[in-house]
Amino acid sequence: MSADLVISGLRVGYGDRTVIHDASLVVPAGRTLVLVGESGSGKSTLALAAARLLPPTARVDGAIRLGDVDVTGLTGRALRQARGRLIAYVPQDAMAALNPLHTAGHQIAEVLELAGATRRAAAVGARELLAQVGMPDPEPVARQYPHQLSGGMRQRVMIAIALAAEPEVLIADEPTTALDVTVQAGILALARDLQVRRQTTLVWITHDFGVVAELADAVAVMYGGRIVEHAPVTELFDRPVHPYTRGLIATTRDTREGAPRTPFHAIAGSPPRGAAPPGCPFHPRCGVAMPQCAVELPLPEGVAPGHVAACHRIGAAA
Amino acid sequence: MTDEGTPLLELDGVGHRFGAVLALDDVSLTVRAGTTLGVVGESGSGKSTLARVIVGLERPREGVVRLRGQTYPHSARGLRPIRRRIAMIFQDPYDSLDPRFPLRRIIDEPLRAQGLPRHDDRLAELLRSVGMDGAPLDSYPAEYSGGERQRIGIARALASEPELLVCDEPTSALDVSVQAQILNLLLELQRVKGLAYVFVSHDLDVVRRMSDELAVMQAGRIVERGPTAAVCAAPSHAYTRTLMGAAPATHPSLRAGRPPAAVQPSSLSRT
Repeated sequence: MSADLVISGLRVGYGDRTVIHDASLVVPAGRTLVLVGESGSGKSTLALAAARLLPPTARVDGAIRLGDVDVTGLTGRALRQARGRLIAYVPQDAMAALNPLHTAGHQIAEVLELAGATRRAAAVGARELLAQVGMPDPEPVARQYPHQLSGGMRQRVMIAIALAAEPEVLIADEPTTALDVTVQAGILALARDLQVRRQTTLVWITHDFGVVAELADAVAVMYGGRIVEHAPVTELFDRPVHPYTRGLIATTRDTREGAPRTPFHAIAGSPPRGAAPPGCPFHPRCGVAMPQCAVELPLPEGVAPGHVAACHRIGAAA
Repeated sequence: MTDEGTPLLELDGVGHRFGAVLALDDVSLTVRAGTTLGVVGESGSGKSTLARVIVGLERPREGVVRLRGQTYPHSARGLRPIRRRIAMIFQDPYDSLDPRFPLRRIIDEPLRAQGLPRHDDRLAELLRSVGMDGAPLDSYPAEYSGGERQRIGIARALASEPELLVCDEPTSALDVSVQAQILNLLLELQRVKGLAYVFVSHDLDVVRRMSDELAVMQAGRIVERGPTAAVCAAPSHAYTRTLMGAAPATHPSLRAGRPPAAVQPSSLSRT
């Protein structure tokens, strides 16, 4: 157990289109990285690459390592054994991911049986896992089919399935986005429980800075297929550097704290659809862009211990 | 038109069910001209049914709905003049604009339905009013981003010059960095045109920022209602307090769980 997840120089493309450019990240064992981004930022692609769930048409360069294991290099039997056990993936849409023809208990037990448990032991184990993901009375839940469960319960079942293989890293892709706030609060509490009691290494994907504030040890902000800022969570909230990060944090805070009927703090424009523009991917929407930003890609540079950002404004006169 | 204070919309004891499911249970509320009623609730609370009743898409089994004192008639034909004065903005701008039609045909739909004149000048003016200056009337929805499509949906809603816009989760399907733009557009349109809004959302923060009056819905009932500031300062219903407590923190120092763990600087510095 417990090895650092190290992604270096990851590049993912389809055909002549690059979806992720040169992404590098470290998630220390037992810590939580929250990956923030909007549609088209590349955050789900990065997660799927780490879970080795990208379609065969994807072109993947760079390295993903979990301790001594070269995750990107796994093939055949080794890959099948590693999937789920090294890095497990929880998708946003649990309804689509669960098999409608099998009970929740069966779908969890299946994973335990694949790992060598007897049928009886797997059935018991499935109920234990349901209890661990916050179902105090697991028996009736185990007997139910996905359509009989609420959205929050389905998401808990998905997490139980992921935990069944005892993964070293759990990647959750916007698992609360489709849920009600009160249900989301329950899933966030479950994530905290995984952090504290199981010491699970978590990669949690979201577009919501509230979720970042609740769960993250470190944060990576993605935009246009690049990691534009990466920092410990308190550092990021207190000293965001990239104008995109600053804008998102300001909008989140302003939505909660601003006076009624006053304009919201807004960022102009929309995230790029398709290929990102040349130069800094954010420059068309940036309020402090300089001529350089439209032509030259800013490279990540350190701004504080553990804090990197990719912006030409760093070091330039404000 | 902007005589604030007179009730524009009134619902009195409205009840509605779908089969055995009670979707609305004895709902009464008023919306004054030029103001915003925020309706907050979770899935299944009945808030979308309420929105559909207000625009006349759903006829309630019980109770009355009145616009400026006039009770909604029972016939579809009778509803037509009311439909002209109330328009709706939908949640998903990808679903609510027909991809086969150019913007001209999308935006003039309410005018077509009402038998009103449809001039390109007027349609272009509508697009301008939502910040889509210069978008060609013969372009198609697929050419636009989610935020732009929502602006097009708002332009369509404004076409018949309604007094009331019912906004059902108007930003929930949009990217976070785009949501604030659309909310600002709605605030600006209200200021300029004196529109009234029924603003329906699951997001209490957003509803609080947008509305003068707030109604909290749970299981088809309005469990709490009042001036937004008063309800938020001193929520009297347990469910309102639950909703307020469920919102995630805005800073890691305010989080519920363990404080952030140290991440070794060396592990982050390589990029």
